[in-house]
Amino acid sequence: MAIKLIFPEHQFAMTDAHAGGLKELKFVVNGKSRAIRIDPGTPLLYILRNELGLCSPRYGCGSEQCGACKVIVDGKMGFACTLTAEELDGCDIRTLEGLAVDGSLHVLQQAFLAENAAQCGYCASGIIMTAALLLEENQAPSRSEIQQALVGNLCRCGAHNRIIQAIQRAAQELSIE
Amino acid sequence: MSKELPAALAQNPDLDRWLCFDEHETLTLRTGKVELGQGIKTALAMICAEELDLDLSRIRVQSGDTEVCPNEFMTAGSMSVEGSGSAIRQVSAEARHYLMRLAADLLNAPFDELVIENGHVRHPSTNRSTTYWELMAGRRFDLQASGEISPKSADTHQLVGTRVQRIDLYAKFTGQPVFIQDQNFPRMVHGRILRPPGYLHTLQSLAADTIRAMPGVLSVLVDGSFAGVVAETEMQVIAARNKMQALANWSRNGLLPKPEDIHDFLTSHVSVSLPVVDGMPVEEPVPAIIQTEAAAVRLAATYTKPFHMHGAIGPSAAVAEWREGKLKLWSHSQGPMVVRGAIAQVLKMRPEDIHVMHVENAGCYGHNGADDAALDACMLAQSVPDRPVLLKWSREDEHAWEPYGPAMVLKLQADLDGNGNITAWNHDTYSNTHMGRPIPFGSVSNFIAAWHKAEPMPKPEARPGMALHGGMHRNSDPYYTLPRKRIIKHLVQEAPIRTSSTRGLGAYGNVFAIESFMDELAHTAGLDPVEFRLQHLQDQRAIDVVKTSMDAALKARRRNRADAKANDKRAAYGHGMAFARYKNSKCYVAVCVDLMVNTETSEIKLIHAVIAADAGQVIDPDGLSNQLEGGFIQSASWTLKEQVNFDENGITSRDWETYPILTFPEIPTVDVILLDHPEEPSLGSGEATQGPTSAAIANAVFDATGLRLRDIPFTPDKLVSAALKSR
Ligand code: FES
Ligand code: FES
Repeated sequence: MAIKLIFPEHQFAMTDAHAGGLKELKFVVNGKSRAIRIDPGTPLLYILRNELGLCSPRYGCGSEQCGACKVIVDGKMGFACTLTAEELDGCDIRTLEGLAVDGSLHVLQQAFLAENAAQCGYCASGIIMTAALLLEENQAPSRSEIQQALVGNLCRCGAHNRIIQAIQRAAQELSIE
Repeated sequence: MSKELPAALAQNPDLDRWLCFDEHETLTLRTGKVELGQGIKTALAMICAEELDLDLSRIRVQSGDTEVCPNEFMTAGSMSVEGSGSAIRQVSAEARHYLMRLAADLLNAPFDELVIENGHVRHPSTNRSTTYWELMAGRRFDLQASGEISPKSADTHQLVGTRVQRIDLYAKFTGQPVFIQDQNFPRMVHGRILRPPGYLHTLQSLAADTIRAMPGVLSVLVDGSFAGVVAETEMQVIAARNKMQALANWSRNGLLPKPEDIHDFLTSHVSVSLPVVDGMPVEEPVPAIIQTEAAAVRLAATYTKPFHMHGAIGPSAAVAEWREGKLKLWSHSQGPMVVRGAIAQVLKMRPEDIHVMHVENAGCYGHNGADDAALDACMLAQSVPDRPVLLKWSREDEHAWEPYGPAMVLKLQADLDGNGNITAWNHDTYSNTHMGRPIPFGSVSNFIAAWHKAEPMPKPEARPGMALHGGMHRNSDPYYTLPRKRIIKHLVQEAPIRTSSTRGLGAYGNVFAIESFMDELAHTAGLDPVEFRLQHLQDQRAIDVVKTSMDAALKARRRNRADAKANDKRAAYGHGMAFARYKNSKCYVAVCVDLMVNTETSEIKLIHAVIAADAGQVIDPDGLSNQLEGGFIQSASWTLKEQVNFDENGITSRDWETYPILTFPEIPTVDVILLDHPEEPSLGSGEATQGPTSAAIANAVFDATGLRLRDIPFTPDKLVSAALKSR
């Protein structure tokens, strides 16, 4: 029986099964295979942050409204706050921690550093992952294409233009390579 | 001759409070100011590195630790570079001098012949050398700042004033645990609180035993209407909290006013009313409206703003540990020392028994839920001794319970003579308090949890801030030269909605009104609004920012308009300018906005903005631009979209759908132009664009449509009703 919530912290249905019933799930995170026993209703955000020690996906709203938790799941944008463990069985998940290869930063990370593209940086993980996917699909995005791609990412500090410039800089770097 | 020490240094004169040379050839710089995303660590490290001739990479900044850092009260009011910065400049200069003297002795070389490179001291002619670290050899300075040493003069600066990479961003762009929510301690457990559905609700019953029996639950704390839960894991605590929410029964006492009545409430309610003279409230009777005999133009207008949220992207959080009667607290409070005292008072502890350490959270600038979360965490920690508790607020906790920037009403009236000179000026500001921070208050408190306890500590009675440009009267005194002015603040003490400090305090509303009104006056008198302003400005630096912004905006407009589909019949283009000098003594800012109004949907789209600013000596130009532009965007978001909604039951803006903010596709391009004055003192600037932005937008909308918007936010329905009224 589902418990009816007035204002749930997360917009997923909490079932009684949630209080028990662990399940073994397998998925790949940043190139590594992982198997964990977990309540299938657990949102990915908590698996990444608490079980796997990856804190780049951040909680902002719990309901797909801010983008702070965004990660790449099977090559598509995913909201870690609402995707649950059972939806992820067998999936390939990429987070900001997996972006640098062998200690050398991803071109986006370099560009964000060069542009000082943040104030507090709380929004940065979700934005960089969104941009990473964008650049995989579109090597030369226009300003408005970048703005559209980030429509689901909120930034309260007003670092938007720096972020857009950093993504344009990264795109340029990629076109030179 | 010794100079007077900067205030922060006079209060904390020990060099060891500020500077510590570490083992690995690094230097720890300590400050009481904290990082809010404004880049303060970078700016302060630059000042220190400059004076000590060190590379920036050698400096570690430790901030906001109540046991080791200098006490600098609050990080607020755009004072950090001026306050902590000048202390750090002086203390670093004195440390350098002391180290040079040690080096001169050790190297047996004349003081004046020594050269320093990145902490290495060399005597070129003998090629003998040593380092700061060898000279200190792990010792303390055991010195007090004297004021006898002069820092470097601005024209010799190598690092200060140049563009550098922020020292804190690498960790943030590589996903490292830097925020309060990322803290992870051995044996740490998780906490959540359950707030009432609204301000006027009290808890009747909770079925605490049912919650206690849930898996992993360690403690259920119910104290009056304060309810919280601690569990071993985060999922367990969320499940417990959600069940608490489902089982709790609340009763409601009374009703909130209707939101559409809030501005009438402010102007008709009893208030403490004080004249403001030269930016300072005075305890004198309120004079009558001033008017001139034969005014060529007399105009009056009323401007309003709603309650605004801080709306940080990460909700508030804290970690607390209760051990042997003492508390350790990790918090993103803007005033670790202040919050320590305020918590001690609620928990009946000695402040010394609480050790507060600042850890960052998402940025927002102002008094959000940080302090409340800190007390919540301490209360939960006391229920599970020896276990650090990571307490997180949900998005809804933050939206519904943070203290908002107050709604305001601004009534202006002025006379002009036949030459377009302002001859009389009246400005009345009505608002609830802008100063609701929990400072230690005796038997009253400004914490939510303190209000909700079974033995509550009530809210203190709001008192009118008497400081220079302090609260709601910040920037209510225009920077223009006016022969006769009457400026009044009306503090409405009764506050149905919780309010406190948002970025810029009263400056946002006051400058919105003043700078909209200047345009209205100019148009009524048939004058050019910019010329009209220049006619009333005497300070050349003010005139310079206005002119610079206008020139740059014009160039950009030519460029942009060529691109724009000028023959798009649904688009009305407009531009507007507004100016203010923050607190009439800080950063000068002129903002120009170019925008488009969609005449079918009545939506306002910002196209381009120019910000021209004079912040005196610029320490970190890129950081300063970032702040000015970020302030512009936050203010544009407030102005175009934001309003805290409520009904008689309570707050209904409980997530980002019910409280939308500006999104990426709505962001205009922005140019920031800094007028550097290395010879002048640095001027606080972090809040300087809040005010001018709102009025520049209003003025641009008027330019585009002939419609004057005086009620923030400028949503399409406001434009439609303005159009209907103008018929
Ligand atoms: S936390 Fe997932 S979108 Fe906000
Ligand atoms: S940089 Fe603070 S939320 Fe984006």
